[in-house]
Amino acid sequence: MSEDLLRIDNLHVAFSTRRGMVEAVRGVTLTVKAGEMLGLVGESGSGKSVTGFATTRLLDAAGRVTGGRILFRGQDVTKLRGDDLRQLQGAAMSMIFQNPRAALNPIRAIGLQIADAILTHKRISKEAARAEALDLLRAVQIRDPEARMNAYPHELSGGMCQRVMIAIAISCNPALLIADEPTTGLDVTTQKVVMDLLADIAAARGMATILITHDLGLAARYCRRIAVMERGRIVEEASPGALFSAPQHAYTRRLVAASPTATSRIEDLVTEEERERYTAVLGKPRPVPAHGTPPLLEVRKLAKRFDQGSAAVADFSMTMSGGESVGLVGESGSGKSTTSRMICRLIDPSEGDIVFDGQSIGHVASRDFHRSPLRKDIQMVFQDPNESLNPRFTAFDCIAHPLTRLDGMRAGEALRKRVEECAERVGLPLDLLPRFPHQLSGGQKARVGIARAIACRPRLLVLDEPTAALDVSVQAVVLQLLDRLRRENDIALLFVSHDLNVVRMLCDRTIVLRNGGIVEQGESRALFDNPKTDYTRKLVEAIPHIETGPKLAAAL
Amino acid sequence: MTSATLRHSVWILRGNPLTAVAATGVLVFVLVAIFGPWIVPYDPVASNVSKALQPPSATHIAGTDQLGRDVFSRLIIATRLDLAIAVSAVGISFVIGAVVGAFCGYAGGRLDRAVGRFVDVMMAFPLFVLAMAMVAALGNRIENIVIATAIINLPFYIRFARAEVNVRRNVGWVEAARACGESHFSVVLRFLLPNILPAMAVQISLNLGWAILNAAGLSFIGLGVKPPTPEWGIMVAEGARFISTGRWWLVAFPGLALMMAVLCFNLLGDGMRDILDPRMRT
Repeated sequence: MSEDLLRIDNLHVAFSTRRGMVEAVRGVTLTVKAGEMLGLVGESGSGKSVTGFATTRLLDAAGRVTGGRILFRGQDVTKLRGDDLRQLQGAAMSMIFQNPRAALNPIRAIGLQIADAILTHKRISKEAARAEALDLLRAVQIRDPEARMNAYPHELSGGMCQRVMIAIAISCNPALLIADEPTTGLDVTTQKVVMDLLADIAAARGMATILITHDLGLAARYCRRIAVMERGRIVEEASPGALFSAPQHAYTRRLVAASPTATSRIEDLVTEEERERYTAVLGKPRPVPAHGTPPLLEVRKLAKRFDQGSAAVADFSMTMSGGESVGLVGESGSGKSTTSRMICRLIDPSEGDIVFDGQSIGHVASRDFHRSPLRKDIQMVFQDPNESLNPRFTAFDCIAHPLTRLDGMRAGEALRKRVEECAERVGLPLDLLPRFPHQLSGGQKARVGIARAIACRPRLLVLDEPTAALDVSVQAVVLQLLDRLRRENDIALLFVSHDLNVVRMLCDRTIVLRNGGIVEQGESRALFDNPKTDYTRKLVEAIPHIETGPKLAAAL
Repeated sequence: MTSATLRHSVWILRGNPLTAVAATGVLVFVLVAIFGPWIVPYDPVASNVSKALQPPSATHIAGTDQLGRDVFSRLIIATRLDLAIAVSAVGISFVIGAVVGAFCGYAGGRLDRAVGRFVDVMMAFPLFVLAMAMVAALGNRIENIVIATAIINLPFYIRFARAEVNVRRNVGWVEAARACGESHFSVVLRFLLPNILPAMAVQISLNLGWAILNAAGLSFIGLGVKPPTPEWGIMVAEGARFISTGRWWLVAFPGLALMMAVLCFNLLGDGMRDILDPRMRT
């Protein structure tokens, strides 16, 4: 295995934009040996995907390789043209994309799509190609492959679509597979199944794989070697063990610290320098509610049925006291978003009641709830920060909106002060306030969303996967911010998430949902350490962990 | 903010010279429409049979018609009427269509289906024939041309607004607005409508061109503006009689004016989308 399959030498890629040429990749050097799985890890904008696209020659028109070489089996990929290039794409190396549903043709049966890929590169009959496609569906472990040959992408789940993508990618037995965030957007359990499958197939067929991901834990679980990218450069390359036990570069240290693990606490997520400021907050004792205080939120036998079909949520009951944090976890389709929106009074429950601070609000129609005095007490932070801000509102307008609507404030000095106060509270620089959402980064948008939600000083904050779209380092900051808000302002948090590591850190109690019903609930650490049901155990085991400490030492 | 918008507009126009040309063209038409009566060299309705059917010359740059009226002056005066009909018709159908469509798209359900089928039925009609029928039934007056043009434009706006709102109704910032205490009603009017405006601006611009053609077309076939009022459609209709005898200027100049107006509005559409979309501002 002395021969390198892929050798990237000092690669530079630039994009032409309105502000001139922008270098996305500046001097990446990498090697991949045959049959190896390499992890390429970095946060958004680090250039990891661009490196992948450049290697397969799939850069879009604005991007150009401005320097360096990409040698694949000794041949410079950047200089290939015509037939040689087509032979390379798909047959010698292929790519798996982030969103499988978008990568498949929605109006063509999946069996035909796989056969198409085969026919592009092999001179065989249509029947033979179909037979091969069927074998591939078996190889990617799709149940009932004969019937699924004729299925369309919308009839399959996200995980199934990604399996079909893998089948297409391996259809011509490529020597190199580039997987760009192959499991982002899939549930943890599905992620594990898909990644296990990918690793098995790569091993069985002797394919080399580059796994591009932002998830250090995922890369650690499946790769022998991990390269960490930051701002277009590779800052460190090592085995997972070495990387996590003794990260060399400052950026890697920060990244490793920010990645939540099974044992980490919120205060662990930042480097030591920043930690002091935070622990000062943690030191303050939290007021313990006097015995016999009624719960802040009491949900009784809540159920939701949409127009037709079975219940999305059934028989859901819970209580929360002021300043408490409760996690609501489950796979997609488990009803956690529906539940959170019912509690937020954005949609109406079909049955059951919601009692907030002694007042029944479950029967107030959601269309009238905006007039309720309790509207400002229950606020929500939405999932995707990119979608949760009105594109025509500046950051200032977004934060001022609830204040003008719910606190009756008028434009003027007092409003400006309150907005600035909120922005400071969430660590948003004041000079960003006049900007529009598209001029803000994901983390900044998330802060605006949180500032808006806390502007009216709510007593219950419902958070719908608030960090799912964020990089780990930003996630760490947001989680600390939320925890601080809870401790300092006594805001109760209902945290909806599928990321169990995050829930474990942030929440006192956790409720596990499946198919609209509660499977298990209890104190977070106890629940995760000793799951009582198989379902919870499956969820817990599916989380890719960064193994640190004695466990890792033993493994080495 | 206004200076930023201005700078942004200048940037867009510089990157897209065709839009700049179209915008200038539209501006010229608007100025002519406003100041027409002050810039015409001759009285547009004063006939002078001794000077009838003169070809373009230094004194009559677009020639004269069968009654000796100055074609150029008539073109200038007609601009106001043609633009006024198109703008008011499109304005009416935009306001009604956007609001109805937005509420349908947001609410869904039975109302949405009912309005949707009604729109389908309307669009199954040949729309120009429908406009003809309406003007014929309501009477040959300018306000009826406006109403007819507005009605045949309506289905496009309803559909457009419905589709644009429908994809946005479950987006995070709509839910966030509701959590901030907005009613369904104000979410549609104050949040969704402004956000679909950039997309609708394109539709408005394209429709203005179409509405001008439509009004001219009605006048051309004798339904609509009546002679001797100067109007591009009538001018083409009257001039058509003289084409066979080689008096091309009677048809060519009003035809050219029509074509230029329609072209400018159409070209402006895409440029407007870029200017109005805040996401294009960086």
